[in-house]
Amino acid sequence: MPALWIANARVIDPASRRDEVGSVFVRDGRIVPALPAAVRKRARKIDARGRVACPGLVDIHVHFREPGQTHKETVATGSRAAAAGGFTTVVCMPNTSPPADNAGTIQFIKDVVARDAAVKVLPTGCITVGQKGQALAPFGSLKRAGIVAITDDGDCVQSNELMRRAAEYAAMFGLPIMDHCQDQSMTRGAVMNEGVMSTRLGLAGWPNAAEDLIVARNIVISRYTGAHIHLQHITSRHAIEMIRLAKADGLRITAEATPHHFALTDEALCGYDTDFKMNPPLRTEEDRRAVVAGLRDGTLDCIATDHAPHTDYEKDREFDFAPNGITGLETALAVSLEVLVRRSRFKLARVVDLMTRRPAGILGLPAGALDPGSAADICIFDPDEQWLYDAGAGFSKSRNSPWDGRTLTGRVKTTIVDGRIVYDSGRIRV
Amino acid sequence: MPWNRKHLLTLEEVSLEEIDQIHTTAAAFKKILGRSVKKVPALRGKTIVNLFLEPSTRTRMAFDMAAKRLSADVISFDAATSSTTKGETLRDTAQNIQALRADMIVIRHAAAGSPLYLSRILDIPVINAGDGAHEHPTQGLLDTFTMKEHLGGLKGRKVVILGDILFSRVARSNIHALTKMGAAVTLVGPSTLVPHWFTALGVTVSHDLKSALADAEVVMLLRIQHERQASSHFPSLGEYTSMFGLNKARAAWLNPKAIIMHPGPINRGVEIDSELADGARSVILEQVTNGIAVRMAVLYLCSGGRLEQAVAGAE
Repeated sequence: MPALWIANARVIDPASRRDEVGSVFVRDGRIVPALPAAVRKRARKIDARGRVACPGLVDIHVHFREPGQTHKETVATGSRAAAAGGFTTVVCMPNTSPPADNAGTIQFIKDVVARDAAVKVLPTGCITVGQKGQALAPFGSLKRAGIVAITDDGDCVQSNELMRRAAEYAAMFGLPIMDHCQDQSMTRGAVMNEGVMSTRLGLAGWPNAAEDLIVARNIVISRYTGAHIHLQHITSRHAIEMIRLAKADGLRITAEATPHHFALTDEALCGYDTDFKMNPPLRTEEDRRAVVAGLRDGTLDCIATDHAPHTDYEKDREFDFAPNGITGLETALAVSLEVLVRRSRFKLARVVDLMTRRPAGILGLPAGALDPGSAADICIFDPDEQWLYDAGAGFSKSRNSPWDGRTLTGRVKTTIVDGRIVYDSGRIRV
Repeated sequence: MPWNRKHLLTLEEVSLEEIDQIHTTAAAFKKILGRSVKKVPALRGKTIVNLFLEPSTRTRMAFDMAAKRLSADVISFDAATSSTTKGETLRDTAQNIQALRADMIVIRHAAAGSPLYLSRILDIPVINAGDGAHEHPTQGLLDTFTMKEHLGGLKGRKVVILGDILFSRVARSNIHALTKMGAAVTLVGPSTLVPHWFTALGVTVSHDLKSALADAEVVMLLRIQHERQASSHFPSLGEYTSMFGLNKARAAWLNPKAIIMHPGPINRGVEIDSELADGARSVILEQVTNGIAVRMAVLYLCSGGRLEQAVAGAE
C-alpha cells in the first residue's frame, strides 16, 4: 500500500480544532504527522486544491438489508453508496430478515462485511427477540459477537417496563440503546405528519406527540437507570425542547437528526410522491427549524441518514401501501452543506463535526478524527461543485431518493479507508 | 373558455370558471334526462372503465348511467373478482385496462392520491370517483349544483357540513368548491372528527351545533360510521345522536328555507331523523338525480367534448 500525501487541502479535523490549508499524510493505513523525504517522494500525491480533507464521515444509522432483503440493498451495494457519499464507517440497523437478535446472525453479517464491504460496517443487535417488543435479546452474547449498540429501530419498544430493564441491562455492558421514538398506539395507519397537509391530502396523520411521548419516556428511564439512551431521527420541536432540558440536567441522552428532516417539510407530500414517505414523517416548517436550531446548539448531537433502500416496485404504489424510507448516503453531505452551511450559516467545520467526531463519539467508535496514529479514514470533497444526482446511476441498489434528478452543491471526490482509496472521481476502487 | 382538463382528480385544483362550466354542461344534460329518450350519441364508440376498488352503490350506478346516457360502452371492474385480489398492482391493472384500449377510466380507491398516481401512468383521462379521505370531486360538483338550483348564487350563503369531516372525501371536495364559489362554510361535529386543521382551508370549525346551524341555508349531513367508535373518535352512536344528530327541534335553528342534504348512504336515526330525511326540505334524492347529469358533464368534457355542443344537443 503506497503512502498518501494529500496536499493543498483545506484540512478540517474538529477533534484537533484544525481548519487550515495544508497536508494530510498516510502511511501503512494510518495518519502520520509527516512522511520521511524518501517515502514522500514515492508517495501517491493527491492534489486537493480547493477541496476539503476531513475525517471519513460516520453514519450511525443505515439499513443494508442483509440478511434477507437483498433485493433492496446488500452490504456490498450499501457500503459502496457509503463510500460514494464520503462515509468510511457506518452502523447498520438490525431489522433484517431474520432480525439480528442473536450472535449467529451478527456473525453472518460480520462475515458478509469482511467479504463484501467497501467501508467499515458495524452491526447493531435487537433490543427484543425478533423485534417483537416482548422479551429481551441476549445483549451479552450480541456484544461478544461484535455489536456496537442495541436498537429495535423501526419498532419502538412500547412497554416502559421492558425498556427500563433493557436500559439497565445494556448499561452493564456499556452498550448504548438507540431508540426509534414512536408511540404506536397514536400512529396506527398513519402515513404522514398530522396537520394541515394531512388534512388537505386526506392521509392518516401521525402526530409529533407520538414522538414526544417516547422521548419523554426515554428521558425518564435514562434519569432513573443512568443508562445512555440515544434518540434516533428526532423530528418534533417539542421533543427537541425536552432533550435540551434533559441535557441541561446532565442526563446521558444523545440524539440524531437526518438530512431529510432538516431539509424538507410535509409540504413536499402534495403530489403523493412516495420518495417523501418515511418514518418518522416529514414535519412542518416549525419543526424543521427546530431541528436546525437543535443541531446548531448541540441539543441534537449528530447527523445520521437513516439510509433505507426500497425497490422501485415496492415504492411505486398507492401512497398508503408504499413502505417507509428513503436512501441518503450519497446525498447527505451535499444536502447538509446546502441547508446548514449555505442557508443556515453553520461553519463548515461544524457540519463536518456533526458528521464525523460527534456520531463516532456517541457510540465510542474509533473513528471521526485525523489525529496521528488513527486509522486513515478520510473524505475529500469539493464544497462548491454542482452535480446532478441521478439515483439510478448511483451505487445503492435502490433509488428511492427525494433528491433524484436534482442538482446538488458539494461533491465527494475521494474516500479513503485505512489508507486505501475506495472511491475516487465517481468510481469505486475496490 | 375552452375546457382544457383531461383528468378530474380534485376540486382543489379546478377553478371557479371550470366549476361553472361543468355546472352549465350538467344543466344541459339534465334536460336530456327529462326526455322520453334519455340518450345522446356524444360518446358513441368510446369505452369507459369503472375501476371500483372499494364498495360503492350510488356513485358507481350514477357513473354507469351517465356513461350509458352518453352512448359510451361501459365496463365495470369489481374488486372482489379482479386480479387485485391476486396481488396485481394498481399500475399493472391500469396498464392492462389501457392496453385493452379503454378511452377513459373512472377510479374509486380507498387510498388517497391513487387517481393522481394513475393519471401519471396512463395516457387516457382519469376521473376520480372518490379516493380515501381525500376527494370526491363529482360529489362536490353535484352537491354545489343542487345548492345552486335551490339558492341561486352561493356567494355569502351559509353552508354547514355536519358530521365525520376528518374521514370524509365528500366534505373536502365540497369545501374546495364552496369556498371558490364564495359560500361561508362552517364545519361542525365532535372535536375528534372536526379537527381545527380545517380552518387552513378557509372554513369555520365549530363544535356548537346551535350556533353553527343558526340561519344556515344549507346543512349537509355526513354518514357517521360506527367503526369510529372502536377507534375512540366518539363514545357511542347514541351519544353522537344526542349531541349532533339532526332532528326536528334542531332543524328549527336553520334558516326557514334551508335545504337538507346527505351524500348517502343514510343512517336513519343516527345523523338524521327519518322525518327530516324524507321531509319537504330534504333534497337528498335530487342530489342522486343531479349526480347523473354532473357525471355526464364530467365524462363529456374530459373526453374532449365541447360545452356549446352539449348545450346545442340538449335543445
